[in-house]
Amino acid sequence: MYSLTAKILARASGKEKVEVGETVIAQVDKVVIHDVTGPITLEVIEKLKHQIREPGRLYVFLDHYSPSPSVPASNIHKKFRSFFSSYPQTKFFDVGEGICHQVMVEGNVLPGEVVVGADSHTTTYGALAAFSTGVGSTEAAYAILTGKLWFKVPEPMYIKLEGELPRYACGKDVILRILGIIGQEGANYKSLEFLGSGLKSLSMSDRLTIANMSVEGGAKNAVFPLDDTLINYLEGFGQHIELGKLAYLRPPEEINPDLVIDLSKLDPMVAKPHSPANVSPVGDIEGLKIDVAFIGSCTNGRYEDLLIAAEILKGRRISRSVRLIITPASKKILAKMLENGIAKILLDAGAIITPPSCGACFGGHLGVVGDEEIIISSSNRNFVGRMGSPKAKIYLASPATVAASAIEGRITDPRNYLR
Amino acid sequence: MSPRIVRGKVLKVGDNVDTDAIIPGKYLTLTDPKELGKHALEGLDPSIPSLLKDRQIIVAGRNFGCGSSREHAVLALLGAGVKAVLAESFARIFYRNTINRGLLAIEVPGIRNVVADGEEVIVNVEETTLITASGKTLQFKPIPKELIEIIEAGGLVESLKKGLTK
Repeated sequence: MYSLTAKILARASGKEKVEVGETVIAQVDKVVIHDVTGPITLEVIEKLKHQIREPGRLYVFLDHYSPSPSVPASNIHKKFRSFFSSYPQTKFFDVGEGICHQVMVEGNVLPGEVVVGADSHTTTYGALAAFSTGVGSTEAAYAILTGKLWFKVPEPMYIKLEGELPRYACGKDVILRILGIIGQEGANYKSLEFLGSGLKSLSMSDRLTIANMSVEGGAKNAVFPLDDTLINYLEGFGQHIELGKLAYLRPPEEINPDLVIDLSKLDPMVAKPHSPANVSPVGDIEGLKIDVAFIGSCTNGRYEDLLIAAEILKGRRISRSVRLIITPASKKILAKMLENGIAKILLDAGAIITPPSCGACFGGHLGVVGDEEIIISSSNRNFVGRMGSPKAKIYLASPATVAASAIEGRITDPRNYLR
Repeated sequence: MSPRIVRGKVLKVGDNVDTDAIIPGKYLTLTDPKELGKHALEGLDPSIPSLLKDRQIIVAGRNFGCGSSREHAVLALLGAGVKAVLAESFARIFYRNTINRGLLAIEVPGIRNVVADGEEVIVNVEETTLITASGKTLQFKPIPKELIEIIEAGGLVESLKKGLTK
């Protein structure tokens, strides 16, 4: 039993082997900052009067306020543009390019890498057999200036997936099911390591959602092995994988799992207010009236998510009492939905399509919710006040469940619309 | 700055207090601790910022600081004059942020059943004890020396400047 996380951290710290609980100083391959947490990182860098070590390893995103909804946010963006104009090698993604975590997995992160980001959902890249985790703004500055960071090798929690994921379910239902079992701190400080024959039926989109929301259980990171699905996905972004060097990331031998999930028996799941771990099958709360339906975020704003929504909404109209807000996670995704007619189907059904952004997920703009409103959202957090008013109630679900609910104006089982 | 002995009145909160509750998203264009401090824990209860004027110690249940990695949460507590957070347990990123910003955060198992809201307590980091006004004593695990040095220096940046860590 030797976790993928431990193997990646051993390589990154120049060691043959590391033990769980051991503190290592690892080389950080890439650092991500954005327009919410990044301003503090820049303050720290300025205070230390230090040059950025390898600006080519730094990825900077203006994604939370994209485009800016306010003067303070515009001023942050101005400062970023000016600061990084002296570092032309920095990978700089201005407003409209997309959410950091989506753009990073569009060919910018490779298996075996160590990536930190000043954002908790940096766990997403674990779907690419990388070690990635969220850090604070100051630690991001430390990693930017030194190229290194200390990590305690996390205890693995092995999750074995069996069976085949039904068509009406997706990665969101898998991770909500897991969160419902382990609870909001069930994976605190741990690494979620996924294995089992069920992986074959999980698309990269499913895996990215699962790795993304592993932090809602407190996980330090999540990691999926390097298999053919991942190799083919990376080929799509022009990244050819030399298996020889990365063989250590291949699916592990049989491991005694901490948790087994039978994908074939999975119901569509919903997380009720105010915790992502407060989970029920959709049937338990079907019929609850909603005001807003949101499809977007680093969790579920991918092309596959919009595609399934379009399949459900094609030729139908959403309820008159609902606003359906759709925010593609990146410019690439927006372009593809325009190209393939998905945007037209969604617009015809009554949806609002916004530019790529974190948008409504964090209550910043593009759909801030009001008092007592009920929201069904494909995003990752339903904390009090997360999407706007502290009096609003947020239900988290898959894009399919959100789309079906938008049609009826009530929380709805997507199986009613997918055959 | 000497956090080795901290004394103050307690503000008691529950389990899973997330960073959106500590500092709601609408304030995230701010970075000044004083400004952020005016809204500390406002997401949990809008009356808390004014309560914090004479409460210096937060006592929490499990998983304090879960959710977003926003360092603004720690800055808001510091800006509001909070000297220490004592909890049954902490979420990972928040805990690292407290150390990096010089806020004393200590896991004290059993604390929620011992300390009352508004009660005065004394935290002694060296002796790893917490004493309540009602005379009860709780023991906690020592904080590693390296971390205390960072906290006492005022955080990671200050300690880097002072050359305490490399």
